[in-house]
Amino acid sequence: MKLSIDDLHKAFESRVRLGIMSALAVNDSLDFTSLKEFLDVTDGNLATHIKKLEEEGFIEVQKSFIDNKPNTSYSMTTEGQKAFEDHLKALESIINSQK
Amino acid sequence: MKEERDYIQDIAEIRSMMERSSKFLSLSGWAGAMAGIYALAGGYVAYNMLDFNPDTIYYSSPNLSAVIAVAVLVMVLAIGTAIFLSYRKANKRDETAWNAASRMLLVNMAVPLIAGGILILILLSKGLVGLVPPLTLLFYGLALYMGSKFTYDDLKFLGLIQMGLGLLSAGLIAYSLFFWGIGFGVVHIVYGIYMHLRYER
Repeated sequence: MKLSIDDLHKAFESRVRLGIMSALAVNDSLDFTSLKEFLDVTDGNLATHIKKLEEEGFIEVQKSFIDNKPNTSYSMTTEGQKAFEDHLKALESIINSQK
Repeated sequence: MKEERDYIQDIAEIRSMMERSSKFLSLSGWAGAMAGIYALAGGYVAYNMLDFNPDTIYYSSPNLSAVIAVAVLVMVLAIGTAIFLSYRKANKRDETAWNAASRMLLVNMAVPLIAGGILILILLSKGLVGLVPPLTLLFYGLALYMGSKFTYDDLKFLGLIQMGLGLLSAGLIAYSLFFWGIGFGVVHIVYGIYMHLRYER
């Protein structure tokens, strides 16, 4: 099977979004603060990228309260998992084809 | 259109993020070696100065409370050193020590440790002192085995060794303090030096 640049998902062009997906791929769920620490970005920046991934249906949000403080955590949807895996496969084949 | 090295950079980023977000890699090898030294010192004090050497399951010692105090001191020193050195290592790597990965590591280790700790307190209250060295080794081994998923894989082997020594010393109670010194002392020192040479140089 021949894969090309077209198979790379546009949603993953940004490093931050790629980072969010990678972190959520190996953790059941992560809260906003943890994601912010791992990615080393500002609140606003992270929120924008999360919004975008949420619109794509790749991640879902769970809102809850811990000690009366709102706590938001994120996890990957099945759809997100599939898109991320396809993206990784496409990356792999592009690199292999250029060797 | 992106260059090939951009894609390679993407993959490097993905790898690093997956590892950093799921594994706590600031665990210090030196902390392991130091814990071993504290344990050997504690074992020496218990055996030579407090004359503590259980040879049967029911064992009574006039110095039992002093022995427990020494054991608690060893534990506090070991945990304190581990926190301090890991904190320093995390700072050097420009990471925070208290993150989602280290929380998972602590929670997973705490479950077997607390269950084991309560069991050991119950046994102590019933005079089953001889079971304490084997059970501390066994539950500590279980905790390491559980924790290894959230940090270096090598921790799994350390856990298996501690469990093995614990079971062995449960069969040979007369040598249990010796096995305790091997497990918490010698094995920790060897493991700490190995981890330092492998990951921190």
